[in-house]
Amino acid sequence: MVKEIEKTGLPVVHMCTVVPISLTVGANRIVPTIAIPHPLGNPALPREEEKELRRKLVRKALVALQTEVDGQTVFDK
Amino acid sequence: MSKLRVVHYINQFYAGIGGEDKADHKPEVREGKVGPGMAFQQAFGDEAEIVATVICGDTYFNENIESASAEIISMIKQYKPDVVICGPAFNAGRYGVACGAVAKAVAEELKVPVVAGMYPENPGVDMYKKYAYIIETANSAVGMKKAVGPMASLALKLAKGEEIGSPKEEGYIARGVRKNYFASERGAKRAVDMLIKKIKGEDFVTEFEMPVFDRVPPAKPVKDITKAKIALVSSGGPVPKGNPDHIESSSASKYGKYSLAGIYDLNPENGQTAHGGYDPVYANEDLDRVLPVDVLREMEKAGEIGSLHEYWYATVGNGTSVANAKKFAAEIAKDLLAAGVDAVILTST
Repeated sequence: MVKEIEKTGLPVVHMCTVVPISLTVGANRIVPTIAIPHPLGNPALPREEEKELRRKLVRKALVALQTEVDGQTVFDK
Repeated sequence: MSKLRVVHYINQFYAGIGGEDKADHKPEVREGKVGPGMAFQQAFGDEAEIVATVICGDTYFNENIESASAEIISMIKQYKPDVVICGPAFNAGRYGVACGAVAKAVAEELKVPVVAGMYPENPGVDMYKKYAYIIETANSAVGMKKAVGPMASLALKLAKGEEIGSPKEEGYIARGVRKNYFASERGAKRAVDMLIKKIKGEDFVTEFEMPVFDRVPPAKPVKDITKAKIALVSSGGPVPKGNPDHIESSSASKYGKYSLAGIYDLNPENGQTAHGGYDPVYANEDLDRVLPVDVLREMEKAGEIGSLHEYWYATVGNGTSVANAKKFAAEIAKDLLAAGVDAVILTST
């Protein structure tokens, strides 16, 4: 799906937990997430902290979308 | 002669431990055969014996690939196998990755031959076919019976150190290994024969299949994110409460386009997951965990992004064919372009 959308010239950031699959599939901008059943959250955290975690991950995705890449790049910092 | 020793790797589902709610099951080892091991044992007859079965939950494995592999390898090692069997995983993505990773580790670290079984579209195939023999299977457990035969016979051959035939003869997925052999006719003649067949429109078999490089160059980055319209797309199955389009929990035949008008937060009243390939409890409790609408709405308000596109697009990426996923995404992309979207966040579970 990532490739089919990116083909049209739209930058796509793939947010997922199993990065090796994303690399195999061919995503160019990858942001690793928390866990398979809750990529953008962590039910073990209090609500506000969980939201802050999600905000940080989404900000990372926005940085990825603004970054020039020349091949598959994992934004894990 | 003593029987050959086989260790079998399976997931929590085939071990009868449970479904997605038990997918975080940690590696464990049991003596003897479990689940599909019965069928393999029958196929081996007196020649080989499944001495142990190693079991691990698919989610646990995929979230901890390195440590889980290491733990599983140490379990397998104790049983001194002559050959290891993984799966078959059919089209189950996480199970395929687990089988492939275990196969790779067994081959590299224990130097023991391995046979896995998967459907060709399983992501585990592309990731690990270089490292192991992966027998091509059907896309679901309906194909168990057909998978066991070729997996068991290849495993016996490997354990006995016999010569392994071509992918076509043995039924495994080509690994990209080239082997020299003497052909009965010289190359020039074979090439011309092939050419003539091609011209006549007859079937012919190439001697060197070209690899398919299915890659897309990265799109240009967004210049000014504070002016950009961002769209949300997901293969994790986030849908409005009640799943109005009845998107299937696996092997999805469709995707949905849903309005975000007036939605500032996803909650158990307005959203749920349709995905049947992971434990839905967390997503159903708070769908922002799959589709981060709440924080994007705040960022939109604060001017951190230009705007959030007024629709989100969702399908279920559980065993869904590559052809369908491509088709959905092509239609979604068209819609996004028409709506003036600048960039896409695609989430997967």
